[in-house]
Amino acid sequence: MIKRVFADYPLVIIALLLSAYGVAIVYSAGQTDVVQTAVATAYKRQLGWFAVALVAAWVLSRASVRLIEWVSWPAYILAVLLLLVTLLFGSGAGTASSMKGWLTIGGVRLGQPAELAKVAVVLMLARVLAARRDPPRSLVELWLPGVVVLVPWLLVMAQPDLGTGMVFVGIFFAMLFWAGVSARLLLLAASPAISLLLAFNTGLWGAWFLILIAVVLWYKPYVVEGVVLIVTNVAMGVLAPILWDKLAPHQRSRLLVFLDPSEDPQASGYHVIQSQIAIGSGGWLGKGFTLGTQKRGAFLPEQHTDFIFAVVGEELGFLGVTVALALFLLLFLRVIRVASRANDSFSSLVAFGLLGSWMVHVIENVGMTLNLMPITGIPLPFFSYGGSFMLACWLAIGILVRISSEGRGEADALPIGLRGSTAR
Amino acid sequence: MSLHPNDIQRRGRFAAWMTALSLTLLASGFFRAQVLEGERYQLSSEKNRLREVPIPAARGNIYDRHGVLIAENVPGYSVSILSQSADSLRSTLTRLSTIIGLTPADIESAVRRLRRDPNRPTVVLADASFDQVSVLEEHRTEFPSLIIQAAPKRRYPEGPVTSAFVGYTGEINETELNSTDYASYKSGQQIGRNGLEKQYEKELRGVEGSRFVEVDARGRVVRDAAARPDRPAKTAPPLQTNIDMDLQRFVAGYFGDTLVGGVVALEPHTGEVLAIHSAPTFDPNRFIGGVSTEYYKQLTTDDRRPMYNKAMQGRYPPASTFKLATSVVALEAGLVNLDTRMPQPCTGGYTYGGRYFRCWDHAGHGAVTLAQAIAKSCDVYFYQLGLRLTLSRFLAGGVQLKFGEKSGIDLPNETTPIWPYAVEYFDKLYGPKNWTNAVTLNLAIGQGENTQTILNMARFYTALATDGSAARPEVVHRNPERTKIMNLTPAQLAGLRDAMGDVVSGRGTAASAQIQGVVLAGKTGSAQNETKIDHAWFVGFAPKDDPKIVVAVMLWQGAHGYAAARIASKIVEHYLKRPTIQPVDIEGDD
Repeated sequence: MIKRVFADYPLVIIALLLSAYGVAIVYSAGQTDVVQTAVATAYKRQLGWFAVALVAAWVLSRASVRLIEWVSWPAYILAVLLLLVTLLFGSGAGTASSMKGWLTIGGVRLGQPAELAKVAVVLMLARVLAARRDPPRSLVELWLPGVVVLVPWLLVMAQPDLGTGMVFVGIFFAMLFWAGVSARLLLLAASPAISLLLAFNTGLWGAWFLILIAVVLWYKPYVVEGVVLIVTNVAMGVLAPILWDKLAPHQRSRLLVFLDPSEDPQASGYHVIQSQIAIGSGGWLGKGFTLGTQKRGAFLPEQHTDFIFAVVGEELGFLGVTVALALFLLLFLRVIRVASRANDSFSSLVAFGLLGSWMVHVIENVGMTLNLMPITGIPLPFFSYGGSFMLACWLAIGILVRISSEGRGEADALPIGLRGSTAR
Repeated sequence: MSLHPNDIQRRGRFAAWMTALSLTLLASGFFRAQVLEGERYQLSSEKNRLREVPIPAARGNIYDRHGVLIAENVPGYSVSILSQSADSLRSTLTRLSTIIGLTPADIESAVRRLRRDPNRPTVVLADASFDQVSVLEEHRTEFPSLIIQAAPKRRYPEGPVTSAFVGYTGEINETELNSTDYASYKSGQQIGRNGLEKQYEKELRGVEGSRFVEVDARGRVVRDAAARPDRPAKTAPPLQTNIDMDLQRFVAGYFGDTLVGGVVALEPHTGEVLAIHSAPTFDPNRFIGGVSTEYYKQLTTDDRRPMYNKAMQGRYPPASTFKLATSVVALEAGLVNLDTRMPQPCTGGYTYGGRYFRCWDHAGHGAVTLAQAIAKSCDVYFYQLGLRLTLSRFLAGGVQLKFGEKSGIDLPNETTPIWPYAVEYFDKLYGPKNWTNAVTLNLAIGQGENTQTILNMARFYTALATDGSAARPEVVHRNPERTKIMNLTPAQLAGLRDAMGDVVSGRGTAASAQIQGVVLAGKTGSAQNETKIDHAWFVGFAPKDDPKIVVAVMLWQGAHGYAAARIASKIVEHYLKRPTIQPVDIEGDD
């Protein structure tokens, strides 16, 4: 039973617009007064990857969701294995040269397994959650989804790649939310992380702990659960300073700089300050395409990868920023629509997981250019230069197109999951 | 697991709102940065990419009274480096040092300059040679932070001839930068040192301009952008002086390279400095852009001390040229007239307090009048005149004649002459009981505790040449000042002038200094000093009855006053007999 695959044109068009916008900015990023040969020609390679990604997305959109579902397990295992190999033999690149994110064979960087892992985790989580009758109602019931995310998360954090770690956390909570896990349970699940963050201030941590106890008493989980929760939170509070010591120096300084960029204006703070200057000096309409002085004079670091959005801000101004963010919003709304209208729980959860992943990318990447977020080496979907990421984004589009195609049309209000068994 | 459509729709709406909210929050962050605070960031961005490069101003030209050029500017080059940190500057300079030869000391001084003015390009070579510039241009691409630009360079066309008064320029040093006098100065700038260059620094300096170059994050010059309009440098207006270069040249030529001493020539009524010379000379041009070690060593090891200005820094016993001062004080006191004789005629010496004081002429001058004593420079006469004056009155008279003060010339580093201000001076110098009235005898003939600059003697003679008012010497005509220093009748002054005229005649000590057709009046002097040979003095003016020029000459170890008188006579003769010089218009103010 081969259905005719109809493309979700709005989705594809938005993604095409974003990609075109992105390639144009990668081109501009290479237009500098300081010779940066690799960056100057980056747009050509990016165009090549864009073409490859389009083909790959088209091919993927031919594959049935069932096939994708079947691939979840092997993809997940492969991703974990690759992360493990990368951790052992990987190499660094760019601003984060001290972290091992690249899989390199014979000196050739093959790509970042983390990109594959993001998709694999979405698929695996969707599979695990869709297999349940009901959404998880207690922390104990969250153990399987938790393990699915925890394994790659630990491997990624060991690189250490804080950004991808954040993406996994985003995917995890987005998908639990979409699966119907209650807000209170989500809060409890998130509590160890909150404890970890607040542990640097004893007072704040104490206050948080009181709130947590109140929530636990009100929510009345299983006793075991409650004890585990409290113990974990205490453990996190104790571990935090130890973990802090374990952080790579560049990550520690990034976090400190996030709190006060002027703390280290020449080193880590330099990136943020120069990015803010670039964006701020863009004004309403920007300095003109390719004409950003911050970028031209190499004041702006990593202008074609992590800080590419600062180029948008500097050269195209608030107008260009608004257009880009509006395109992202349209994309997200469209993906929510795809998730809402998916034919089955697995598809729906996959769609929403991909959304969660992109949301974290966009908010974190765009936010860090203005110091609204701490700096992590996390790329901007469709914009940042990089082959494997461009490919990953379009593979996601391919999957979404397929899900959308298999999903229901307008005014169809049947419960997802029942559709397969009803005549339509 | 089945997801219920109602739940899905609810969660979908919630997710949509959350998405819209987060992106709106992000957008509002951009609105604040780009629209509300845009201007501030624009300034930061401009500050990032534009560097202000100062354009040095050309100093004002200096001219003589007839429009002859004394100091001008010629094209030169300065080499500086745009640097953001001491480390990067040091590494750039270390690489540069193999090309243009910088010493580690040069590099460290450049680093100090950077620390002082981090926002200015650090001057490495204030006065780069053409060779250095061409080599650097060849290596331009290796040193993108290098700024080579035209920098006007000072030149003194007549060099050594003007060394006594023109001064020179040099890069401001750290001590000067720290002083409040130079608060408006930045490192790497040129300032006037010594002479007119220092005295009229404010007027000669000009106004520094600036241009903006665009740099990249490493401070390398990306382009010489006209991102902001240049502010051109303003050349200072020319400075006209009273110096008479023709006369100055003549004086310098007469002294040549062999004679040692100093000359001051003044216009008697106004104090205009016509010439001021100190021999031997040095070449101020060789100080521009930093004096070479060997030249500086050559100057400082020369026993004749070329850098020591003998016209206004050197103090010498005025000897017999001071007898006019003794005479003026005695005449003012009404103790003598020009024809008064002293009780004891000159027999070649005078006994006082058990000591024998010689007259320079062992044969003796007999019973002479004051006028004759001046003409023949009779020491014995003046010993007695001094004693008749009494020490305290004599000292007070000398103070009134301003022998204890600077002449007030508009040049830096004038030395204050020494004249005992009162009797207490000797008490302090020797102890109250350790000196006798015999000091009066020495002072009366211009020896003893009295040393004067050539300049101050010239000033004193302007009063003798005119109505008893001395003119403050002025190199630049600004506010001439005359001070009545002697209360003598016109007849008394005329009598003194006649006596001085007799000095330069068959009846006087400087018979060989007569000028055909012009009466030169003056007084010779042979100053005993710490060396074995006397310094020769002559201070005088001409024409005697209508003085146009006062000349003071001191010839180091010239043995006898007439040697100086002969020089003075040549100077005066040249000045009074040369054809009239047509003034040339100097380039006007711009």
